[in-house]
Amino acid sequence: MNLSQSFRLALKSLATSKMRALLTMLGIIIGVAAVIVITSLGNGMQQMMNQQFESLGANIIQVQVYGMGMGSSRSVEPEDMYALAAEYPSYLSGITPSVNLQTVVRVGGEEYEQTSVSGISEDYIEMSGDTITQGRFLRYVDVDRARNVCVIGAYLSQEAFGGGGVGETVYLSGVPYTVVGVLNASSSDVSEGSGDDCLYIPYTSAMRLSGTAYVSGYVFTCPGRDSAATAKAIIEDSLYQIFQSSDYYFVLTSAEMMDAMNTMMNTMMVVLVAIAAISLLVGGIGIMNIMLVSVTERTREIGIRKSLGAKRANIRSQFIIEAGTTSAIGGVIGILLGVALAGVVGSLISSTMTGTNATFTAVPAANSVLTAFGVSVGIGVLFGYLPANKAAKLNPIDALRYD
Amino acid sequence: MAHLIELRDVYKIYQMGDETVHALDGINLTIDEGEFVAIVGQSGSGKSTAMNIIGCLDVPTSGTYHLGGVDVSTMQDDQQAEIRNKMLGFIFQQYNLIPKLNVLENVELPLLYAGIPSGERRERALRSLERVGLAAKCKNLPSQLSGGQQQRVSIARALAGNPSVILADEPTGALDSHTGREVLAFLKKLNQEGDTVVLITHDNSIAVQAKRIVRLQDGKIIYDGDASDPRAVVQPMESGDPVAPDGTFSDGEVVV
Repeated sequence: MNLSQSFRLALKSLATSKMRALLTMLGIIIGVAAVIVITSLGNGMQQMMNQQFESLGANIIQVQVYGMGMGSSRSVEPEDMYALAAEYPSYLSGITPSVNLQTVVRVGGEEYEQTSVSGISEDYIEMSGDTITQGRFLRYVDVDRARNVCVIGAYLSQEAFGGGGVGETVYLSGVPYTVVGVLNASSSDVSEGSGDDCLYIPYTSAMRLSGTAYVSGYVFTCPGRDSAATAKAIIEDSLYQIFQSSDYYFVLTSAEMMDAMNTMMNTMMVVLVAIAAISLLVGGIGIMNIMLVSVTERTREIGIRKSLGAKRANIRSQFIIEAGTTSAIGGVIGILLGVALAGVVGSLISSTMTGTNATFTAVPAANSVLTAFGVSVGIGVLFGYLPANKAAKLNPIDALRYD
Repeated sequence: MAHLIELRDVYKIYQMGDETVHALDGINLTIDEGEFVAIVGQSGSGKSTAMNIIGCLDVPTSGTYHLGGVDVSTMQDDQQAEIRNKMLGFIFQQYNLIPKLNVLENVELPLLYAGIPSGERRERALRSLERVGLAAKCKNLPSQLSGGQQQRVSIARALAGNPSVILADEPTGALDSHTGREVLAFLKKLNQEGDTVVLITHDNSIAVQAKRIVRLQDGKIIYDGDASDPRAVVQPMESGDPVAPDGTFSDGEVVV
């Protein structure tokens, strides 16, 4: 029968009782909006994390060597790792030992507690993609002789030395280090605790400072994301050769880390969406409830239509279309509300994240919007079927007499 | 030639708790094309049941009903709907217009269910409204019209599908006597133009407007004949009393 008239009728009956229509749709609106907000924020979060990984270098492989303790004959020296990288240049494009120090940087009377201090080799700058703005980066000779020199990030340069810094002295655990270079800012957001709040010294010097005898961390780079798995296998193989056990080291590629993060995020999103979907279910039941009321209220109309020759299918489709239209409108309102809400929440979140160099924007995915719309229409049709069928089966005589 | 309406030994029996009610108790009735028949009876006489069966809204418990030569007494819900749509036009006491639809849309309804395309539907509905003189009001809602006008809209709706039979169930019941007379005059005019009209009423003064009267009592036909015959308007003695076959009556009980 005529679909356009059914739609017009449905819209008309919604328009005649706006408050009731709104309340009927509320469950669907809330459910759809919640799903959209959750997926948008989740997508935004994922994008932000991917962005951060990309900026750190997506092709980084971190190696942690726990070792077998002092005095063991089985240990890994930086030379071993350098040799490994030299052996497989097509998989391991760069290497640096990495010693993280938990120390406070002091310049004059000021202490900079947030500054990250790492001991690395002269190759680090090529691997990280940083650039020097003043002076020079660390050199082989600095590493070889464990000189007390350092390269500082843009934050320290601005805060402690008014934009300069080369030739100045900083103190790490009371030991004076001469600044030989300043790095370019890696993002527009140069602030305390950001990626630009850093300080690099030769790893040999860092070992002396922290009193450790061996290097426990290494960072490799591989030429591309595709070779990460092979590169990881090469490193693991070589470490297994040394230790004859896989218990004394740990190798992690950034691609794996990203995957693990994404998997975690996706799981979290699925759980949240499932919770939001309960609201959709409740909304569907609300629609069913109102449709049952509507069928009772319009028993006489159904009788009239039947007496004029409406078949069961005609009556059924009229009520199903009405339920579907109600939930579809609810879905559209929910989508608009959800997108708006996601935008507001997204900008709130990103305004609280000024301390980092990450940018956060809520991203409503087209497919989740379409799915939300489809699901809400589907719910209307599904929950509208029972009342519609009840209407279709009404006996025309009883329906005509109904008051 | 086959009759337009032909009921043979029609019984309609309801089970009301322990009691069995014979709403129709062996009815034999034929109506031909072009007739104007009034089915008269008091409440409980079975006239509403008869109207439901003639109107294909209900099926008899036993017996057959042929409408236009087709046996409709054993049809399913949807088949009956189609027969109602194609062959019958209803006029109800309470007009039974759908309040949310405007006059034109109301008149279009039977054509909509007949699957007629929108252009033709509109045209035929308008023509039908012209016949009752309400084409100018086609965009109004039923609530904006007077009772008489609403009943004329419902007549237009009954006519729109070009039915074989027009079934009018107490069409003047909700109207004042003046507009009631107008509606009756209109039904008469339709009959003169060739339409078959079946009028169901409890009111003798309305029934006599028809050419032929069928009087029901306790589910049986107690008179079937010309409306001008005085026996047609006999108000039977007491409900349930046997009525003499020759139609004995006392003067005091004649209501005109």
